[in-house]
Amino acid sequence: MATEADERELRAHFEETVAADRRVEPRDWMPEAYRATLVRQIAQHAHSEIIGMQPEGDWITRAPSLRRKAILWAKVQDEAGHGLYLYGAAETLGADRDDLTRRLLEGRQKYSSIFNYPAATFADVGVIGWLVDGAAICNQVPLCRSSYGPYARAMVRVCKEESFHQRQGYELLWTMARGTAAQREMVQDAVDRWWWPSLMMFGPPDAASPNSRRSMAWRIKRHSNDELRQRFVDMTVPQADRLGVTLPDPELRWNEERGHHDFGTPDFAELARVIGGDGPCNAERVARRTAAHEDGAWVREAAVAHAQRRARRTDDSGVAR
Amino acid sequence: MNGTGEDGEVPGDARWAFGTGFEDPLHGVVAELPPGVDGAAVAGVCVALADDALVGAQRLAEWVTCAPELEIELALANVGLDLLGQARLLYARAGQVDGSGRGEDDFAYRRAAEEFRCLRLTELPRGDFAFTALRLLALSCARLALLDGLRGAADPVLAAVAERGVTEVTYHRLFAAEWVVRLGDGTAVSRGRLRRAVGEAEPWLAEVLDDEVGAEWGVAPGAVRAACAADWDRVARQSGVPLPVPAPAGGAGGRAGVHTPHLPGLLAELQGVARAHPGASW
Amino acid sequence: MNGTEGVDGGWPLFEVFVRGKRGLNHVHVGSLRAADARMALTHARDLYTRRNEGVSIWVVRSADVTASAPDERDPFFAPSGDKVYRHPTFYEIPDDVPHI
Repeated sequence: MATEADERELRAHFEETVAADRRVEPRDWMPEAYRATLVRQIAQHAHSEIIGMQPEGDWITRAPSLRRKAILWAKVQDEAGHGLYLYGAAETLGADRDDLTRRLLEGRQKYSSIFNYPAATFADVGVIGWLVDGAAICNQVPLCRSSYGPYARAMVRVCKEESFHQRQGYELLWTMARGTAAQREMVQDAVDRWWWPSLMMFGPPDAASPNSRRSMAWRIKRHSNDELRQRFVDMTVPQADRLGVTLPDPELRWNEERGHHDFGTPDFAELARVIGGDGPCNAERVARRTAAHEDGAWVREAAVAHAQRRARRTDDSGVAR
Repeated sequence: MNGTGEDGEVPGDARWAFGTGFEDPLHGVVAELPPGVDGAAVAGVCVALADDALVGAQRLAEWVTCAPELEIELALANVGLDLLGQARLLYARAGQVDGSGRGEDDFAYRRAAEEFRCLRLTELPRGDFAFTALRLLALSCARLALLDGLRGAADPVLAAVAERGVTEVTYHRLFAAEWVVRLGDGTAVSRGRLRRAVGEAEPWLAEVLDDEVGAEWGVAPGAVRAACAADWDRVARQSGVPLPVPAPAGGAGGRAGVHTPHLPGLLAELQGVARAHPGASW
Repeated sequence: MNGTEGVDGGWPLFEVFVRGKRGLNHVHVGSLRAADARMALTHARDLYTRRNEGVSIWVVRSADVTASAPDERDPFFAPSGDKVYRHPTFYEIPDDVPHI
């Protein structure tokens, strides 16, 4: 048991490490609240990757060309991989993946509310890549410098792999926008539906985001919600122009004085409703994940039974014969 | 893909998630058919193997977001993406040599069920994980033996695609075999499910063992049957669940365009969006 | 997980080490879950080398890793901390010497 003086010293050392922009590693001492905040954030992030496979995943069997089928499948597979990197990072903090999964299925841990919207047409695959992954990248690139080492390293991997996700989305839209009139309509329609939810991916406004300040002090987070939202809008507007689509915000315009775009306020009441469980697809998303987990139980159990039996047979050499 | 890294230490790889070793399997391969080689016949074998791969991949894609564990999700996607890659190369080759100038998507999206040449085992519904593992084992063992022979095909492109395919399908076979062993040697539940899967697959296995499709292209007669019998026996002994090696069956099957009622439904899903938008580009 | 035939617990955690290319060390890349070491190898291949990132993989049960005391300030690391000559930056080399 650490004495009070020990703990003071450990805390001082922790604060010093974070302030100097060095990384905190799994077996370092850390304040319990830091650990809890990280587990919550990383788990939520992992859950988002896994649930986020669903809206696009449904289009893999229906993709209209073999090239698109391969791209989309690889992308959705990456999301499963990213979920695994992140669960792994959470496990370095003493969390247990089974337990985190249970919390997701029981609604005790959240995932990004963006994935509670349906992907209505194949153009949605493009828009999810362009806007949703674009917003995710804005959020995630700074996390590569997060103070917690395993999280930062997982994010480096995630961000490198995501570079293709946004590009494939934009490329799909680019191609569709130069296709038939019906395709152009599909693209604009998808943009209309996903624009505001994308802006909400950055979370509530700073003034209403009580945990942000502490996360920033601990350098778990590096920028505020509103800063990132602004960065995303500024990045996206010229891309939309080039694509020839209209972003559905009458207040959107360049502000010379600020050097940024002004834009309307997302409907944060809707965000709260969707987070609270009342989005178009909340129940469906969790039900699918629950079914996969429960239907797969016999497979996981069989693997354990076999591993145990073989371990007995081969004197626990692990890699048998 | 990989530029020189600015830091000079870790060129390229540090900036992109891509590692090394990405190779175009057709790099340096002469695309022209050697004299005396029948283009239509080359196209025939290409299409049959491509159809197996595409339809098999489509069934694997039905596991997306539903796999028993996330790690298995990743593995099934890798297998499916390998097969999809093989299908694309083979369709492209078929379109080059059959004189039609068709591209990969013409074959995948603009043919009716009776024009497909896939084995009927590939078409059966996805089933549970035991059926998926067992089917993948059966198909991978047979495909591996076919591709192994086709490495000696008179068409250099087909031979190159087969060469690459052998590496990929060797892994598919390993993955499937390990799971069939685990399920057979696992719990009473998994053993029961594996037994049921074997029963469901059995009527379609004779066709899988037939290697006539590769007969003129380097596949020795009986090679597929011999390879499968050996592989299945090894797996059956470890899993404790017998895998039958049925005698050759008469009658026309998938290679002649005779299919189960499951294929049209699969194709309707695969082709629906593409067919709803004629003239569209994706 | 329900115990059937004496099955208990989920899949254990494994640490994964990948050799990126010949001539490099195996480097820790993360963890995954698998029922046994053989499955951990195939899972590692499917998860951590799906872009051809590696030529060789090691897996080891996380529970089998023996680690030094947690903190880098710990005495365990102190001996090397002052051997500054082990660090390349100890050596002053003119800027125009290439590739060092």
